[in-house]
Amino acid sequence: MKRHLISAADLTRDDAVLILDTAEEMARVADRPIKKLPALRGRTVCNLFFEDSTRTRISFEAAEKRLSADVINFAAKGSSVSKGESLKDTAQTLEAMGVDAVVIRHSASGAPYRLATSGWIDAPVINAGDGTHQHPTQALLDAFTMRRRLVGPDAGLGQDLAGKRITLVGDVLHSRVARSNVALLHTLGAEVTLVAPPTLVPVGVETWPCEVSYDLDSVLPKSDAVMMLRVQRERMNAAFFPTEREYSRRYGLDGDRMARMPEHAIVMHPGPMVRGMEITAEVADSDRCTVVEQVANGVSIRMAVLYLLLGGNEPALTNPRTEEK
Amino acid sequence: MSKILIRGAKVLGGAPQDVLIDGEFIEAVGAGLSAEGAEVVEADGKVLLPGLVDLHTHLREPGREDSETVLTGTRAAASGGYTAVFAMANTFPVADTAGVVEQVYRLGKESGYCDVQPIGAVTVGLAGKKLAELGAMHESAAGVTVFSDDGKCVDDAVIMRRALEYVKAFGGVVAQHAQEPRLTEGAQMNEGVVSAELGLGGWPAVAEESIIARDVLLAEHVGSRVHICHLSTAGSVEIVRWAKSRGIDVTAEVTPHHLLLTDELVRSYNPVYKVNPPLRTERDVLALREALADGTIDIVATDHAPHPHEDKDCEWAAAAMGMVGLETALSVVQHTMVETGLLDWAGVADRMSATPARIGQLAGHGRPVAAGEPANLTLVDSAYRGEVDPAGFASRSRNTPYEGRELPGRVTHTFLRGRKTLVDGKLA
Ligand SMILES: [Zn+2]
Repeated sequence: MKRHLISAADLTRDDAVLILDTAEEMARVADRPIKKLPALRGRTVCNLFFEDSTRTRISFEAAEKRLSADVINFAAKGSSVSKGESLKDTAQTLEAMGVDAVVIRHSASGAPYRLATSGWIDAPVINAGDGTHQHPTQALLDAFTMRRRLVGPDAGLGQDLAGKRITLVGDVLHSRVARSNVALLHTLGAEVTLVAPPTLVPVGVETWPCEVSYDLDSVLPKSDAVMMLRVQRERMNAAFFPTEREYSRRYGLDGDRMARMPEHAIVMHPGPMVRGMEITAEVADSDRCTVVEQVANGVSIRMAVLYLLLGGNEPALTNPRTEEK
Repeated sequence: MSKILIRGAKVLGGAPQDVLIDGEFIEAVGAGLSAEGAEVVEADGKVLLPGLVDLHTHLREPGREDSETVLTGTRAAASGGYTAVFAMANTFPVADTAGVVEQVYRLGKESGYCDVQPIGAVTVGLAGKKLAELGAMHESAAGVTVFSDDGKCVDDAVIMRRALEYVKAFGGVVAQHAQEPRLTEGAQMNEGVVSAELGLGGWPAVAEESIIARDVLLAEHVGSRVHICHLSTAGSVEIVRWAKSRGIDVTAEVTPHHLLLTDELVRSYNPVYKVNPPLRTERDVLALREALADGTIDIVATDHAPHPHEDKDCEWAAAAMGMVGLETALSVVQHTMVETGLLDWAGVADRMSATPARIGQLAGHGRPVAAGEPANLTLVDSAYRGEVDPAGFASRSRNTPYEGRELPGRVTHTFLRGRKTLVDGKLA
């Protein structure tokens, strides 16, 4: 694996499978009475959040603590940070403090890449979401969830998502989740279809390793998983689509549409859900919807990533599989 | 000693000749001229060009003297072989009154390294709402003839029409920064394959092309002259080509960086590549080169945009837009146009000296290398190869996209009205 995790596109198929397998081991820790491993004892991880995201931060923090790391949370929002140079200043401060890894969330696309490549800092950098670019641990937890649900016995250990048909629906243009998922799912052998109104598909999408459709109903029957992307309300005022109701009619997932999916197919959502517009309560609360599992899986995946980037050489638990690499 | 003999220079790339300068003028051009009473500059087959003229320079003074001053900017210009630069109006305060343009003009005179011709703002404060006092700036000591809100587009069609009409009274030209503002809200780079992948806000080609199309039609309608700044897309080339074929009085410039660099470089997220208009695609680059060769694009202009280190040493979205260009322009043009066979040195002299001086109506510059002409000259060692090292720049800023890149050619001497401003690559 590379030293940093900036983009899902940085992962090879073997890297990705290793992370998913390691996450399976990590998931077992959650079932223990004492949910903690000594793997990162004495190591310090900083969660550097320039953009609010309580969910992602808590998920990383839980992962770090279960690995016994010391955790520093740095929330730039609300502090005196306002200018661009603050990223560099903050990075150098952390470097001086001897931080062993930095988990960064930033509203600017490319900020984690810049942090990792500008010589401001030596520690591994994990991208926890940058602008509309990437959110690789989200894609990994999504793939983990799909593998558990769709590939089967022993949670698909050692396997990828070859041949699985995954549909992503909604605001692809502004979605780092979509960019990350398209890259990772392709690497894992899945066939990806993006469904959105043309206004929410980026110019240049034709080079992505996926199909694009404007018609959700035609895609649903051939989907093993349907991932609904969040549509932010401010998009409505920017004329990306005429009305919330029209969006909902054409691209929302309700019970009728869910019925058109194959029986085994699952519904995914990175959360938080806008119920009513992109997904109805009926779908969100159905047992085909994996939103809650995704949250739990997020901790396992982040443990695996932190472990592999920082712990490195020894197997996480007892599974020899991690030694094959 | 007021006589200088430049010996064995390939004038406009032709056969070696001697050029004798007496005072501010060229006295003679020919083979085997006598060196008697003259200081000799051995040219050793270097290329001699008329002093370069940049129609698009940001000197930053007044207001951002931490980036550049008229003095440091003109020293950079002399280092790059320029004898005249047009200073853009987006300073603080904006050059939208006779007072500010006269100040810049005076600072240029005092610097002594190259002539500074101020450009006046089209609208008050570059705000796009109200015409600035174009006539007063023209009548000032600075004698402004080029007007531009560069950095911003004059996007209101009525204001643009009025500006085009108004400057006809004194033969001025409006230089448009073509950028439809609504189509470029949040824009961070060229919209296309790379922006889609990087998740950076897209600056679509059509935002430039639609304004150029509108403005050439406006220029035709009111019978005026319009100049297009830093044209950057293949589509823009087609529109300008069409407009010229129709007889519309339009001229256009391309920057060196748009002749060489593409948006693929943005994958590094290194803000040194952040510029407006953004770096485009390979296809655009090739179209721009061809258009410069065939005359559809009239000139090369640097859009020299100095920024201090801290404005670039940050994440992409927070970084300032722009690159320095005066000291590397000729090398990039040699690399992209001369060594590709698209343009000979006479063509370079036309695109980088004669035509920009003509568009800006700058007397005494862009003249032939001939007896009786002002001795504004640039001597280029075209055989030189070397890596660009910004540490040696005369500009106060170092934001060059070429650091460490090997580029051909080096300006060794620059003469401003017979006076050496650059000698053996060192400022005089
Ligand atoms: Zn401009």
